[in-house]
Amino acid sequence: MGKGVAITGMGIISAIGNNVEENYESLINSKTGIAKISKIDTIHKDAILVGEVAMTNTAFETQLGLEENSWSRTSLLAVTAAKEAVAQAQIKDINDCRTGLVSGTTVGGMDKSEQYFYDYFESDAAWKYINGLHAGDSTQKIAHQLGLEESFATTISTACSSAANAIMLGARMIKAGELDRVIVGGSDALSKFTINGFKTLMILSDTFNTPFDDHRKGLNLGEAAAFLVLESDDIVERDGKEVLAYVKGYANANDAHHQTASSDNGDGAVLAMEKALKVAGLEPNTVDYVNAHGTATPNNDLSEGRALLRVFKDNVPEFSSTKAFTGHTLAVAGVVEAVFSVLALQNNVVYPNLNFKPLCKNSIYCQKQSLKKKNSM
Amino acid sequence: MKRIYINSVGSVSAQKTYENSNFLEEVEYYNANVIKVIDPNYKDYIPPAAARRMAKGIKMSTVSSRTALEEAGLENVDAIMVGTGLGCIGDSAKFVGDIIDNNEQFLTPTRFIQSSHNTVSGQIALAIGCKGYNFTYVNASVSFESCLIDAILQLRNDEAKNILVGGVDEIADHHVKSHQLIQHIKQEAVAAKDLLSSNTKGCVSAEGSNFFVLSDKEQASTYAELVAVKTFNTLTKERLETVAEHFLSDQGLSASEIDMVILGNNGDVDFDGYYNILSEGLFSNTSQLYYKHLSGEFDTAASFGFWLGSKILKSQSIPEAVKLNSIAPDSMKTVLLYNQYRGENHTLILLRRC
Repeated sequence: MGKGVAITGMGIISAIGNNVEENYESLINSKTGIAKISKIDTIHKDAILVGEVAMTNTAFETQLGLEENSWSRTSLLAVTAAKEAVAQAQIKDINDCRTGLVSGTTVGGMDKSEQYFYDYFESDAAWKYINGLHAGDSTQKIAHQLGLEESFATTISTACSSAANAIMLGARMIKAGELDRVIVGGSDALSKFTINGFKTLMILSDTFNTPFDDHRKGLNLGEAAAFLVLESDDIVERDGKEVLAYVKGYANANDAHHQTASSDNGDGAVLAMEKALKVAGLEPNTVDYVNAHGTATPNNDLSEGRALLRVFKDNVPEFSSTKAFTGHTLAVAGVVEAVFSVLALQNNVVYPNLNFKPLCKNSIYCQKQSLKKKNSM
Repeated sequence: MKRIYINSVGSVSAQKTYENSNFLEEVEYYNANVIKVIDPNYKDYIPPAAARRMAKGIKMSTVSSRTALEEAGLENVDAIMVGTGLGCIGDSAKFVGDIIDNNEQFLTPTRFIQSSHNTVSGQIALAIGCKGYNFTYVNASVSFESCLIDAILQLRNDEAKNILVGGVDEIADHHVKSHQLIQHIKQEAVAAKDLLSSNTKGCVSAEGSNFFVLSDKEQASTYAELVAVKTFNTLTKERLETVAEHFLSDQGLSASEIDMVILGNNGDVDFDGYYNILSEGLFSNTSQLYYKHLSGEFDTAASFGFWLGSKILKSQSIPEAVKLNSIAPDSMKTVLLYNQYRGENHTLILLRRC
């Protein structure tokens, strides 16, 4: 039998807060982080809304004791969130057991690469960023900042499922007894690369994103980093850790439908949800809340809605998407929403599906807009 | 513990490896600092219309993954895992260039889509209709090895029976030129035979795509048993031998029981010292092999080393071109691979003859 996988620490920085507490306050007060872009000079600045992290790079660098303009924003966000998670888990020596690190990112150091793309050949001022494009760079910086040595540290880049996959890999390694503790999560900074890429896909909304709404127009990009500390039963017992929640089930499946779109019938999502429930040994009717991917693109929310109907049939639990708060944080979405879900479990709440206007034509899209307190089980 | 088998290989590299019947009988000795692959006839694998805008990494991987699937006798697999340092970096660089040159206007999605690191694993899944587990690891020189670790976990825990794993990276102009500035890539061409004595900074940069089917069942096509894989984000020269010995003792082996070591020397004067510690120390009396003078260096170059080890164990022969010393092994049963890049992301892999 596999072993338990406990979550003993969480850290997050997103458009709705610089730490777990601030994020939770925003969630329960329906405070969105979506606004006009302020930190990137793009010609699309009046045509899009984004979920930007409030702090400037300089503020991060001061906080982390770095020289000004020394790291990619992806790394700055990553280290900030990872340190919060490790602090909450009260880890004194990161190498006191077999510890691993699994981080997800889509852009890596692209924010700096695009800034200095041609400048590299003019002067050596920004040469420190040349090797920072590769996705493992931010992971190595986290490892270094946490003092992790001679360890398993890797990076996953599977677009918007990256951090969810990082959680899954960490959980599987603990369950298999390969590692005792794994720091899992992800980081993605906004960049012109991403903004323009999504622009070409024509799925960016020019308004506040409205997940599951009938008139949804597309997504707002966001930036964030978030990490969880996963620990084995043995470490929890050894250190007398407080357990925030357990990772019970997980799965990854592929639609094999299209490079950038989900199938209309949600095959991939159905396979993943069914397998996750199976791994957890839980029946669908035991699920109280689904924090949906809900990007607010027409395609995603349709596919996901159909998948929910197929898995839960006529007993779909309450669900909402928190993308209206944070924007779509790409690689990080899965762990941002894992942090929110742990907070939902701890506080017994279901977050509002902001910006959703109930039409009730289709019953499963009839979610409440306000925060809901669940009856305690 | 359940045994894991390498049931097939598929390789597109700087050598003529795309046909599995070949095993470095003819060797291309380059005199270069950047090496491209020897292209198979992509038209045999990809419709020309689709191939036109297809990134090189996808093209190479279409050939190598299909070669591996065919040799394993499989039309589909339970999981696909791809390691890549930079994905289809050529398209990423072009997209960034277009953003700057055209002031964020007149952009098309193809280059952006192909920039996504997981585009290769996604394309393979699309091509064979695989709805199973689909992962892409992107951590410099442990990208491919992360796939191996994940695949071993899945096979040992009965989550999958056949898994397609691969490593792929492509050459792109901006990447090469910028990395030459910081001396990660050699400034001057170097002859393959002189690579390890070049005494210059940086590597000979290259590209390639190597895929394998890993399985929990041995079959006629099986190359070798994949016994163990371990990665280390940091490792000092002082600790290297101890860590390697621990890795072997975990498998009940000592250094003297290793028949061949395959080392990742890339001719970088600043970092080949790691390999020298093993070749002059723990494995000084062992048959030593190397390959980056033939494959060049890239984040997933170790997948070429993995191909080499697999081929040696199956064919029970060692190509002349890969011999680093003159010691002939008494038998060809166990192979240890060691790789690192710029002193970081070290990996150890143990293979055994079936």
